[in-house]
Amino acid sequence: MTTDPPDYLHAERGIRSWLLTSDHKRIALMFLVATLLSLALGGAFAMVLRTKLLEPGPWLIEPITYNRLFTLHGVVMVFMFMIPAIPAVFGNFMLPMMLGAKDLAFPRINLASFYVYLTGAALALWGMIHGGADTGWTFYAPYSTSSPTDVAPIALGVFVLGVSSIMTGLNFIATTHMLRRRGLRWHDMPIFVWAIYATSIIQVIATPVLGLAVSLVAIDHAFQLGIFNPALGGDPVLFEHLFWFYSHPAVYIMILPAMGVIAEVVPTFAKKHPFSYNALAYSSLGIAFVGFLTWGHHLFVAGISQFDAAVFGVMSMFVAIFSAIKVFTWIGTLYRGSITFNTPMLYFFAFVYLFAFGGMTGIAVATTSLDVHWHDTYFVIAHFHFIMIGGTLTAFLAALHYWFPKMFGRMYPERWGLVSAGLVFAGFNLTFVPQFLLGNAGMPRRYYAYPDRFHVLNVMSTLGAYLLGASLILTLVYLLISLRWGKPAPANPWGSRSFEWRSPSPPPVHNFVEPFDPRKGTYAYDEPPPDEVPAMERT
Amino acid sequence: MNELLRRLLHLPEQRSSIAIGIDTLHYTVILATMAGVTLAAAVAAVFLFRYRRSSSAIPLTPRVVAPLWLEVGVYGGLLALFCAWWVVGFRQYREIETPPPDAIPIYVTAKQWMWKFAYPAGPTSQDALVVPVGRPVKLILTSRDVIHSFYVPEFRLKQDVVPGRAEMLWFEATEAGTFDVLCTQYCGTRHSLMRAQVIALSGADYARWLDAARAPLTLPGAKGDGQGLAERGHQIAAERGCLRCHTTDGTRFIGPTWANSFGRTRHTTDGRDVLIDEAYLTESMMDPRAVIAAGFQPVMPSYQGVLTPAETSAIVEYIRSLRDVEPVRTVPPPAAPLAFPPPAGTPGGNP
Amino acid sequence: MSAVVETAAGPLHVQYDSLERQHTTARLGMWVFLGSESLLFAGLLALYAAYRFVYPAEFHAASAHANLVIGTVNTYVLLTSSLTVALAIHATRHGNRRRTVALLIATIALGFTFDVLKIIEYAGHLREGLAPGAYYAFDELPARGVVLYVTLYYLLTGLHALHVTGGICVLIWLAVRAQRGAFTPASHLALELGGLYWHLVDLVWIFLWPLLYLIR
Repeated sequence: MTTDPPDYLHAERGIRSWLLTSDHKRIALMFLVATLLSLALGGAFAMVLRTKLLEPGPWLIEPITYNRLFTLHGVVMVFMFMIPAIPAVFGNFMLPMMLGAKDLAFPRINLASFYVYLTGAALALWGMIHGGADTGWTFYAPYSTSSPTDVAPIALGVFVLGVSSIMTGLNFIATTHMLRRRGLRWHDMPIFVWAIYATSIIQVIATPVLGLAVSLVAIDHAFQLGIFNPALGGDPVLFEHLFWFYSHPAVYIMILPAMGVIAEVVPTFAKKHPFSYNALAYSSLGIAFVGFLTWGHHLFVAGISQFDAAVFGVMSMFVAIFSAIKVFTWIGTLYRGSITFNTPMLYFFAFVYLFAFGGMTGIAVATTSLDVHWHDTYFVIAHFHFIMIGGTLTAFLAALHYWFPKMFGRMYPERWGLVSAGLVFAGFNLTFVPQFLLGNAGMPRRYYAYPDRFHVLNVMSTLGAYLLGASLILTLVYLLISLRWGKPAPANPWGSRSFEWRSPSPPPVHNFVEPFDPRKGTYAYDEPPPDEVPAMERT
Repeated sequence: MNELLRRLLHLPEQRSSIAIGIDTLHYTVILATMAGVTLAAAVAAVFLFRYRRSSSAIPLTPRVVAPLWLEVGVYGGLLALFCAWWVVGFRQYREIETPPPDAIPIYVTAKQWMWKFAYPAGPTSQDALVVPVGRPVKLILTSRDVIHSFYVPEFRLKQDVVPGRAEMLWFEATEAGTFDVLCTQYCGTRHSLMRAQVIALSGADYARWLDAARAPLTLPGAKGDGQGLAERGHQIAAERGCLRCHTTDGTRFIGPTWANSFGRTRHTTDGRDVLIDEAYLTESMMDPRAVIAAGFQPVMPSYQGVLTPAETSAIVEYIRSLRDVEPVRTVPPPAAPLAFPPPAGTPGGNP
Repeated sequence: MSAVVETAAGPLHVQYDSLERQHTTARLGMWVFLGSESLLFAGLLALYAAYRFVYPAEFHAASAHANLVIGTVNTYVLLTSSLTVALAIHATRHGNRRRTVALLIATIALGFTFDVLKIIEYAGHLREGLAPGAYYAFDELPARGVVLYVTLYYLLTGLHALHVTGGICVLIWLAVRAQRGAFTPASHLALELGGLYWHLVDLVWIFLWPLLYLIR
């Protein structure tokens, strides 16, 4: 046996070897740190907001501060955490490994996308310190073009973050097309790759339009161009169209990778071939394409024509079917499996429940006449937090636990994992179920002060938010501890058949020690395992 | 059953003619949602328990592929269910969007952070919308600055109020009572305090209120001296909707500003310069199309027969009192140069 | 274990099994980028379409004040520059370095001409008061609706001019590398991709010219 190559964490030393790396795994880790910091920042904003809402009247912070904070909460969470969270971290790390490749197609663009992300984040943060916009993350004109606050730096920050997102997407598309290991056909690829591929298509197509829309707001705010100004004949609703043309597909940018994670976790822990590979693979593409035709359901009460409302309503029903296909197939995959109940699996269970509920309430708000009551109330807030936190954050945590051994070569403590997953689930429900009821009762979103009749539910929601925040901190703490003191991880602790587990934990710089045959399928749990145990594990 | 579910879901009372229909669909959708999600979670839980691994050895599992009939059945069934909801929901939406022909029109103007209501018979009110029970009311809404949204939870109704556009919302209150109007489109610092009330009155009460509102103005301080007359002119100008188009601080809007105008000459579209005096102002109110100020559209309706001579002179006096206001030169405001329809009942209305 | 292997026909990165595949991947990436880039303009064109639909007469009246002469000359300038950049790639394929450099310089000069003409055009409009948004001060046409055309004109042509300027920078870099002999008949990927980008810049203008100048 030849000497083993060093793993990617120890191949080179020094800060330069990280900052100037072209290794997709190191870049993924840098993205992990950056997105976790963003999550902490956005979460801290949420805690202040929820604390303010303990009381109906004014206290703790001024209205303008509250308005800035919910804007920053939205901007940080959406553009700095949710969108890069799974693609730029786990997609970056796992996509080449799942394709049996040594790196992404364009490693330098990958590194550049990280620095572009940092630039965008720095611009946005500078804008925050500089006063912060109070427009909401939706930047609706004409408020955003006449707001007394400094909108431009944050809007430009969003634009730059969008550029980073496009670079990531472009890289993944090229990699998926061109760098599959010889013999790996499209229909042999892991579902996660399909999900990331579909996400990348959305990123590349939709993000420029968002970039344009927010740039127009920034330019307009600075120079009074008035492209959406009714005094000059402009129409503010056109901004809403441009914005949602991106931002509705952006919801799928956030949730599709999460679905991809779940589609990996389930076969691994159920030791089972997916109930229907094609359904999972093509429903991702279906979401990517049909998702472009549903944006108008954000405008049902903004004064669109009845014809538009009809078309966007029915398209929203169609796009929901693809999500239903996924849920059905995941649950079907459990049938006659051999299931172990590890932390990622508990997160899967939470995901199925929360995502299904969030998705079904999505059907509810897409039902046109019901949306009239719910639009811009806490019902909508609860709905998309069910998708974004109940879906994406839950899947992010599932991925973090699932791939933790591979990424860091250490095991996390299983018992702590299960406990904190349970706490996250409980805290989440306590936070957001009351918000559904608040929406039913008619509490509008972005409300600094509210009528007394909403008080009890708001207090419940705030307590839930504290629990959710505490359990996330708990998770972070034990994961940080296991980075150093966790048990060393074997190459394939879960007995998965997916390609990334055929490499040692952590993987060497160019991912694989020994060649393997990708035709030994990634989900072939009905066949004896190939002799894939790599060299490192035997040492 | 309705009452139980309504309370369970924390829905407000149903106080418009369409609320009960919408709530029925709401119950159907939410109950089906909860049933479906519970079923999915239960099946997952049963599978997790039933197929848990007992030994540490990893066995081989069969490759079970979903049979086509099952997939088609499940997805087809779900799609049919979703589309059925969509059909019902869209029919209700059309009902919400299509006002009955006999609806009473009321003009609503939103601005940061207040609501103003103007009635066909002339009276205006701020932050209180008085409507009759059992008769359809049609709101025609526009905004003076940014996007707002008119929302009455008890009516299950909401409409964004967009500057530059006239949006429409109709409802029929079913019971007397007072209901909150909430703004649901974020509109700035005091968004959460931009509230008004709908006061639904029974037929007889509404008639009484309307009579009182139409009664000739008896204002404190209307003694006939210059200062009092100007104040009265200000009130009339506000109530008759003059200030919806003319500003009093020099800001350029739909009509020429009144600030610092009296006694000056004005350039007109036909190339003349006219002196702004009592005669010109009176003529402009009675026959607004006769002389159009340069740079403005001929959109003002005639107030012939709407304003009494006393009211006309009060407004003139008010404009005279503004002659020393220094006009501010501003960029065009982000507001609507909308040809706002005059209160119905005004003769010579400009459509 | 190095990430790059030098071969006769250029550096081969470790994740590729052949130089040919590496080049195909780069071309694919460029096409995806160009597609994404064109959607940036698509957003503005969607605005243009919507407002043109609402204000057909105003757009008609406003576009009559566009400078058709400069617009048309600029169209020919850009079309010619696309030809020269294509010829430059052709010259590289035949190993003619001097001609490559000369043609690239010609392309740069044409791009520069375009920008200068554009600035002259802008200056003329601004003198007349045809300025965007709140700065509109054109006496012959009332602002409403017309100003939307004017603002969109500046946004569309301004964004395009930014792309032209970016393209010129790329071409200068390519010309310097060509002069140093970096491109061989077998290996000139950067030149090819730079040329592709320049064609996109040209193509966008082919849409802007009729929309802003010709449709009356």
